Amino acid sequence: MDFVNAVVQGILLGGLYALFAAGLSLIFGVMRLVNIAHGDLIVLAAYLGLTTTVVLGVHPLVALIVVVPVMAGIGYVLQRGVLNHTLGDDILPPLLVTFGLSVIIQNALLEGYSADPQKMDAGVLETASVALGPLSLGLLPLLTFAIAVAVIAALQWTFYRTPLGRAFRATSDNQDIAQLMGLNKRHVFGLAMALALAVTAVAGILLGIRTSFDPSVGGGRLIFGFEAVIIGGLGNLWGTLVGGVILGVAQTVGATINPGWQLLAGHIAFLVILAVRPNGLFPRISG
Amino acid sequence: MPEPILTLTGLNAFHGDFQALYGVDLEVNEGEVLAIIGANGAGKTTLLRSIAGLIGNEASQITYRGRPIGNARPDVVAKMGLAMVPEGRQLFPSLSVEENLMIGGRVNRAGPWNLRRVYDLFPILEERKAQASTSLSGGQQQMVAIGRALMANPDLIMFDEISLGLAPVIIRDIYKALPGIVGGGMSAVIVEQDITKALAVSSRVYCLQEGRVSLKGRSDAVSREDIARAYFGVE
Repeated sequence: MDFVNAVVQGILLGGLYALFAAGLSLIFGVMRLVNIAHGDLIVLAAYLGLTTTVVLGVHPLVALIVVVPVMAGIGYVLQRGVLNHTLGDDILPPLLVTFGLSVIIQNALLEGYSADPQKMDAGVLETASVALGPLSLGLLPLLTFAIAVAVIAALQWTFYRTPLGRAFRATSDNQDIAQLMGLNKRHVFGLAMALALAVTAVAGILLGIRTSFDPSVGGGRLIFGFEAVIIGGLGNLWGTLVGGVILGVAQTVGATINPGWQLLAGHIAFLVILAVRPNGLFPRISG
Repeated sequence: MPEPILTLTGLNAFHGDFQALYGVDLEVNEGEVLAIIGANGAGKTTLLRSIAGLIGNEASQITYRGRPIGNARPDVVAKMGLAMVPEGRQLFPSLSVEENLMIGGRVNRAGPWNLRRVYDLFPILEERKAQASTSLSGGQQQMVAIGRALMANPDLIMFDEISLGLAPVIIRDIYKALPGIVGGGMSAVIVEQDITKALAVSSRVYCLQEGRVSLKGRSDAVSREDIARAYFGVE
């Protein structure tokens, strides 16, 4: 029974990892940018959520109404003001610049919020659970997973059913020709980063309700996000969800066997899949 | 004398570090079809890419309806009414046929061209509209590329090597469709290797040789000998 429980908990945890990963996947898909600062942006969103709950006295989920647009705005400005200038034939400048950004965000959070671990208070949501036969499922993990599925479905719909998604795909295919269609690629990239950081805001707040966080935890979230993206296959959003679930299950099952194995088991699962299927489980067909 | 819609004045354009055009003077008149011919490497594609804004130049070297656009961004140029059918089609592989056409209409200019008109011009595209653009034959892909440019309702449309890599029968079909495309007062620039085809559909012709204009004249007035000399540079 422990084992079944671990798998189910792992699947639900995978939803959170998919949310970490979705923004990364989107950014890489549209503009081939690997955002090293992604984990720190998740933590930034968690702190913005904390401040919003404290200042306005609202529930963390209500804080999404503030944090999602703020993060989207930060994303657009960041892309137009900084990251667009790093994009080109060379993949090194965006890596270096986002690495620098990661350091800056961590230190700014350290200045602003200190190194003390913080947590958002979500009231009964944190402890409430639903009994499903012999299993007891936490309401928060269930909600997180449902949000992850909804977010990925919404991103998928945006990508394949809207003019904005067409612009994303066209710009990703061929930047020169997309511009001949009247698309300003700088603006398109700005919108992509805004959308990615809007998703990051959701991920950050759910993270901040689930566990305590401090300015240094971004790196770990970045790794989980990367692993979920690679396991699922680059450029495939549903694959990213599957990748997050595999990572989550590996971690919880590993922790059941030995509490010290949680992170290790996740990384091993990632390495095994990378060795067997270097392109991930569901790489985007064609390309 | 009709007013030029597009004027190049002493255009010096670079392809990377390499200068591809040297002081090119050229004008496209309202409503005319202008052919640009020349050997490989003569600078034809650089010329079109410069006009489209994909290669930055001095602002005053290219004017469109009197406005300097030499250093304008390609998306801005597109919204002003210039469209290009690029060499090698260059459709968006992750977009379906219909999506490729729809993205062409994104510039949102008013005019006669819409999905319906494009499908009437190339009925095969309507049958294939949900397919991936890469699954089409070369000729059908060229139809999508042309339709995509038309969806922008441009005032000036530029065709870069539309017959390249296509079967002769397909080339004939596409050229047969051209009058229906440019008949509505649209101006056109056609870059073409096939000199006979280029002269047949155009009213005036320019020949480029090593980045310079080596010949210009009325398409029905230039002689084969003139062209051979301008094309290859032999006396």
